[in-house]
Amino acid sequence: MNFDPRFSGRKFTSVGTRPIRPDGIDKVTGRARYGADFNMAGQLVGRILRSPHAHARIVKIDTSKAEKLAGVKAVITAADLPDLTDGDAAMYDVLDNCMARTKALYDGHAVAAVAAVDARTARQALKLIEVEYELLPHVTDVDEAAKHTAPLINDTIFTEGLEEKPVKPSNVTKRSQFGHGDVHQGFGHADFIVERSFKTEQTHQGYIEPHACVANFSSDGTADLWVCTQGHFVYRQHCAQLLGMEASKLRVTSSEIGGGFGGKTHVWAEPVALALSRKAGRPVKLVMTRDEVFRASGPTSATSIDVKIGARKDGTITAAEATLRYSCGPYAGSWAEIGAMTAFACYKLDNVKTVGYEVLVNRPKTAAYRAPSAPMAAFAVESAVDELAKKIGMDPVDFRIRNAAQEGTRSSYGPVYGPIGIGPTLEAVKSHPHMKAPLGKNQGRGMACGFWFNFGGQTCTDLNIGMDGSVSLAVGTVDVGGSRASLSLVAAEELGIDYAQVKAIVADTSSLGYNDMTDGSRGTFSSSMATISAARNAIKILRERAAQMWDIAVDDVVWEKGHAIAKGEKHGNLGKLSLKEIAVESGKTGGPIAGHSELVADGAGVSFATHICDIEVDPETGATRVLRYTVVQDAGKAVHPTYVEGQYQGGAAQGIGWALNEEYIYGKDGRLQNPGFLDYRIPVCSDLPMIDTQILEIPNPNHPYGVRGVGETSIVPPLAAIANAVSNAAGVRMTHIPMSPPRILAAIEAVREWSK
Amino acid sequence: MVEVTLWGSLAATAGGNSKVEIEAKDIRELFRKLAEQYPGLEPWIDQGIAVAIDGTIYRDTWSKKLPEGAEIFLLPRLAGG
Repeated sequence: MNFDPRFSGRKFTSVGTRPIRPDGIDKVTGRARYGADFNMAGQLVGRILRSPHAHARIVKIDTSKAEKLAGVKAVITAADLPDLTDGDAAMYDVLDNCMARTKALYDGHAVAAVAAVDARTARQALKLIEVEYELLPHVTDVDEAAKHTAPLINDTIFTEGLEEKPVKPSNVTKRSQFGHGDVHQGFGHADFIVERSFKTEQTHQGYIEPHACVANFSSDGTADLWVCTQGHFVYRQHCAQLLGMEASKLRVTSSEIGGGFGGKTHVWAEPVALALSRKAGRPVKLVMTRDEVFRASGPTSATSIDVKIGARKDGTITAAEATLRYSCGPYAGSWAEIGAMTAFACYKLDNVKTVGYEVLVNRPKTAAYRAPSAPMAAFAVESAVDELAKKIGMDPVDFRIRNAAQEGTRSSYGPVYGPIGIGPTLEAVKSHPHMKAPLGKNQGRGMACGFWFNFGGQTCTDLNIGMDGSVSLAVGTVDVGGSRASLSLVAAEELGIDYAQVKAIVADTSSLGYNDMTDGSRGTFSSSMATISAARNAIKILRERAAQMWDIAVDDVVWEKGHAIAKGEKHGNLGKLSLKEIAVESGKTGGPIAGHSELVADGAGVSFATHICDIEVDPETGATRVLRYTVVQDAGKAVHPTYVEGQYQGGAAQGIGWALNEEYIYGKDGRLQNPGFLDYRIPVCSDLPMIDTQILEIPNPNHPYGVRGVGETSIVPPLAAIANAVSNAAGVRMTHIPMSPPRILAAIEAVREWSK
Repeated sequence: MVEVTLWGSLAATAGGNSKVEIEAKDIRELFRKLAEQYPGLEPWIDQGIAVAIDGTIYRDTWSKKLPEGAEIFLLPRLAGG
């Protein structure tokens, strides 16, 4: 990489300010175009037929009646999406998830699709498709599925990661282990030990915008796809591979995104829309209903976690151990592995061991959800940490400060930490006024810590300077949380110009080199690095052009505060040349002025947060009310503080919903019983207090401005912080998420019964 | 020569060795020599392995130098949300 990413400690002019976001007006006036807002002349309506069964062999699909219905232009099944994955097991799973091949693996699994002239005809056609199923026994609970007696979901899977290859297939696809030291010895040195089991139910990312796309396959073999996604380059790769196309023949344009949170990181229905368009010879628009979004896209894992932590009387943790079982849906994943890595990452531990088990269940394919897998592990660990502090008689914040990881600590997942922010977030919480505020009757306060890795990745950016001196910035990372604003600030900072002079867009896949998707909190981290690099490349050109205009050597020209300046006494009579003045003359000095950058933005700094929550519990009904919530998180450097705060608040809001209400509920028949926002209740404004935030800035040494990712860590502590608050308010340790009113009431009544 | 630590599951694939010594100047050479010495690791490398160098995680920068005496830790390449 021809770019030095090291932190330089510079003083900022634009970065750190709070201008209006460039996409704001369109979004609040309804002009912004989301996935379902795009239309083409002659487009057909695509609809998908989904399995009503949790587990069934597909014996036969007869589409002949549907094909004969007037207005139907194409009907497809798995036969129209042949396996072109060439041994790529992960892509095969994506393909099978888009369109079931031999078995329907969950309620909602796609088995066929139609394209028709209107929605009514498409729905009628779905009813005319005859599918003969052979029902198979199913399992939806993670603990039940892990048992040897459970119905097998895939009899070709043998558990990986065991010392000896098992002789029987299993729903447990993989065992992974992390840690160091000797936990057995460590527990021997403990004066107090807490050992508990926890469960969390499956939740959906709850993005308001459903999956939506318009596919247009041309007879010359090229195609266009307009789609709501977190990564249009990744969608291009997936679709091209699954449809047997060259990637360059498929142009993917990303729409505005009404939430993704990890759920829009791989394709769900887009290959189906393209296959329908290819067969029909017309554009096809495919928009999932909310029912489909819940039944057939992106929930996170349900989990079952055992935690054991021991400490000496002085509050030093001597050993920590966790066994984590995460559901993956019907396809192999690495969700428990991530949980096992993150579980104890906040702490300095001499003896730690975590073991993760990936478990197949007859539920939708698990997708990432904002710091995937970390919130559930943090819930279990931070609940046990709180209980242990109480047992020792220490303040929970002091107990965590005593055991917090710091620079030089060996992390529980392996490497030694560089400079990190867990200690400072805890110190900030300790001195925060929220911790001293009085509590009333039936009210409790909880706090908890959280960790996330943050990633970088492949990134490509173009910066073009117009002849009027305005700057257009084309990036390839989808803007999920205000990155067009933050990247415009970065471009303005580097060029030394006003923010209003910069216009950032998300370019389509034919206009820019490959970009990894916006995941792993990488949008601003990665694209800011590429923007800095592109701007510096443009400045080189600007200096050359100024040198031409002055007819002096380029080495005598420096760039300062948006101007070329001739250095040296011999040039003393030359004034400054602004970016605009140089741009105006560009046609006569060599043509357009642009800066380009392609790089791998590695070295994203790990991130920590500590949250505080006050809850009131109604002991008669188990109902809860969040009274006050505070997020303290390390951002490295907040490029646009308002949107950093927005990320903190968004993570906390989603965490509150997850902790208190949200839950996939399956019947004994293996069917999802609550696939809609009426029965799957995410928090609305009236459920939430104003969420306070405090941004800490501990610079990431591997970014020129010190930026770390901020998008994910904020969802890690809420489950635990809220569980600790509810447990303190209700006087009983809560071990099952969500802590819905019936669960809280049952826990309170169990204690009342026990005390009699 | 650098000492490389493998996470639990990967160590099983490398004949139970959780630490291996490799003569490698950068991540690219490290992966090549690991695959030569422990063929069982090759599919893992193909799927993607992250390398932590003194605590900083690198997923794609195969040209990253491995400083003498640095702590080199192999980790699963993780998904984000």
